[in-house]
Parts: sequence; structure tokens; C-alpha cells
Amino acid sequence: GAIGLAGGASAQGDLEPNTLEEITSYNNFYEFGTGKGDPAANAHQLQTSPWSIKVDGMVDNPGDYALDDLLAGLSVEDRIYRFRCVEAWSMVIPWNGIELADILNKVGVQSGAKYVAFETVVQPENMIGVQRRVLDFPYVEGLRLDEAMHPLSIMATGIYDEPIYNQNGAPIRLVVPWKYGFKSIKSIVRITLTDVEPPTSWNKANPREYGFYSNVNPTVDHPRWSQASERRIGGGLFAQRQDTLMFNGYPEVASLYEGQDLSVDI
Amino acid sequence: MAIAQTMNGALRRLPAWTIYIVGAVYAVWEFWRALNQIGPYLVEPINVLERAYGEIALILMVVGLMVTPLRKLTGVNLIKFRRAIGVTAFFFVLAHFLVFAILDVQSVSRVWEEVVKRPYVTVGMLSFLMLIPLAVTSNNMSVRKMGAAAWRKMHKLTYPAAILGAVHYLWLVKGFQLEPIIYLVAILGLVAVRYVSLERQKQPA
Repeated sequence: GAIGLAGGASAQGDLEPNTLEEITSYNNFYEFGTGKGDPAANAHQLQTSPWSIKVDGMVDNPGDYALDDLLAGLSVEDRIYRFRCVEAWSMVIPWNGIELADILNKVGVQSGAKYVAFETVVQPENMIGVQRRVLDFPYVEGLRLDEAMHPLSIMATGIYDEPIYNQNGAPIRLVVPWKYGFKSIKSIVRITLTDVEPPTSWNKANPREYGFYSNVNPTVDHPRWSQASERRIGGGLFAQRQDTLMFNGYPEVASLYEGQDLSVDI
Repeated sequence: MAIAQTMNGALRRLPAWTIYIVGAVYAVWEFWRALNQIGPYLVEPINVLERAYGEIALILMVVGLMVTPLRKLTGVNLIKFRRAIGVTAFFFVLAHFLVFAILDVQSVSRVWEEVVKRPYVTVGMLSFLMLIPLAVTSNNMSVRKMGAAAWRKMHKLTYPAAILGAVHYLWLVKGFQLEPIIYLVAILGLVAVRYVSLERQKQPA
């Protein structure tokens, strides 16, 4: 497939993927607890079959789609992406997924739509973190339509050619590699096209710390920690820090933000 | 009270330095697991080790602050272990700081930047600095030299140091998390209990 797309950046040489074990045992998925190992321990309770996605808002073909129907006829691609968490750690993940633009084109985006909103499933009886109300669930996220239509934005259904694990957002999740990881919302049950900027979970929880855009940006620190460097997972106890790249090393998205001050539009 | 007496009898036979041995073994054990990436250290050992040392320091501070109220409430007397508990807490704070400085942020300039720019690091650092004179004077010679009253007064720094330690934890987590709140409430409660009972003692009988 389109692995080449992932390597638009200068730092392609270091795109050695993390192991499946690393990718599936160190996660943030607060619906299953706040510890990094909690999702791997608890996410087996998530019911992923049957799975349907509600598509609504400013689309030509709204409705409740069975997952297979929504993806039927669309091509699954391999994308090796850097993944940068807002907590200043990072991984490299070999995703399998469908370009979000393909899905949006399939359901037919109406001309006035400006944003795409996403929502994560809530299964309170299966999600221990939902009961603890760590965040205001359901988890919601959003993209501007041009960000959503960018060819780097995918909806992932697999990692290493295996169906995506529950703790990684089964059965389908967003992956936007130039933004902090929390933008890449997991276990999606709703996609809404809208003309107003949708609310996003971490922005609601703490608007000073988490903006709508949340592009990876080494020059704008999180109020409580630096974003200038990161630690690549997998280096052990003596792993060296490495410099964080603007847009996480995907400079091809810079044109999306022409005329915007990215120290303000965080 | 019979249970308390039995416990006190058993505790009398346990030397206070046992605390140091257990503390050192635990610290080395965690480091060894982190080095070999075992159990919780499987994927990202640095932050997990940093947190493990920090958390045990907080636990020891809570235990240290419980010694006096425990004796008053139940008669169980752990007073002879209190110094060792406090000093061991300090060593875990030191270990926590060293992991942060050497393994996590990895440079002196970045340590300084973190301390100056990040309030939760500033607060943690303040707590650490407060504990240094306490650890240094945790010996009988210092008590004699300073005089018991002055020594006791200085060691009241334990209270703000413990509170700042808990604030440091609460301030660094994302979202609404229970554990740091539990530590902060426990420490504030134990410090408050101390002042309430002090006030009572001051009143004429």
C-alpha cells in the first residue's frame, strides 16, 4: 500500500515499528482505567460485535451502518505512523486502515459541513473507568473537515495485519498522526458532519491545557510539561529522549494551517 | 488493649533498622525489575520506576504521620520506628528525584527548566528541599546539639513537606483521579488531627 505516504517527513529513518506487545500493553483508554496497563487488563469486556456506527448531521446518506456495510468496497491500506502522546512519549505503529476521506465521500458530505464530530461507545457495565467518571463520557472528538479529508487521516481497523485489539480502540478508531494521540478517538459509534466546531473531551475537561487542534508542536509547551522532546517507547530504563518534530514529522499538513497562529490555535 | 499490648511486646523485639533493610531491598528490587523490564516495567520502565519511588515515599509519610494518632487511639506504639520511617521516606524521595533527573529529563538544564517552569515540579522540589535538613538531623547527636524543643519545632516541617508531596502528585495527573486525592485527604486529615489534639492539650484540665 501507501507506506510511502507515512514517510513524507525527514525522519523516516527512525520509523522502526514498536512491537505488538508494546503497542497493546501500554495504552491510554480512560474508559478502562487511568493506569497504562489498565486497558490491556480490562478491555476484554468491551463488546465489539455486532458494531454499528450512526452517521448523521450534514450528510447525504445518514443512518445506522453496520461496520462491514460502512467499509464495504473501500480499500484497506498499511500506514506506518509515528504516534505522539500529549504526555511526551511516542511509538511507531503499523496501522491497517481506510482513509477517512473515503468513508466521508461514501456517506456524502453536504456543502455546508465544516467539521466532523466523533463519539466513542459507552458500555458502563463493561467499562470500569466510565463508572468512576474520570472524564465526562462519552468521549468525543472532532476535526475540521479539511483535516479529516487529508490523506494522512485514517480510520484504523488493524495493527500488524491483525484485527485491532480492544485496548487500541476496536473495532474501528481514528488515527491522525500529526496530532497528539488523544485526538485519535477510539471505538467509534457515531460520526456527525456539522457546521460548528464540535466539543472535544479533553478540551471540556481542561480548556487551558487541551485545545481543539492539539497539533504536535515542540514550540508550544503543555502548561504542566515541556513538549520539546519525547521518549520513544521500547528503549528500556536508559532510553534517550529525542526531539519532538513539528506536526510530529508530517510537514505536508502545514498548508492546512496557513494564516493561523499555532501558538494561539492550540 | 490486650491486643495492643501483645503487639507492642512483639514490636519491642523488632529492631528499628529493619525498616532500612526492608526499604533498601524494596528499592533495589524495583530497580532490578525496571532494568529487566519485568511486570509493570514491561514497556516504559522510566516513568513507572519514578512513580513507584514517589508513591512509596508518600505512603511512608502517611505511615509516619499515623504513628502518634495510632498510639493515642489504639495504644499500639510504633514510636521507635518513626525516625527510620521518616528517613526511609526521604531516601525514596531522593531516589524519585534521581530517576526524574538522570533517567527521565536527562540534563541539568532541563531539570532546572522543569523546576522553574512547572508548578507541580516546583512544589515537589520544595518538599524534597524541606526534607533534607530533617534527614540530616535525624540522629540523637543533633537532638542533643539543637535541644529537644528546637529540634521538635524544626521537624514540624514534616507537615508542609508531606502536604506538598501530595499536592505534587495531584497536580501532575490528568483528569479526575482518585489516588492522589486519597493521599492528600489522608495527609491533610493527619496533620489536622495533630493540631486539634495540640489545641486540646493546651487547655487546662
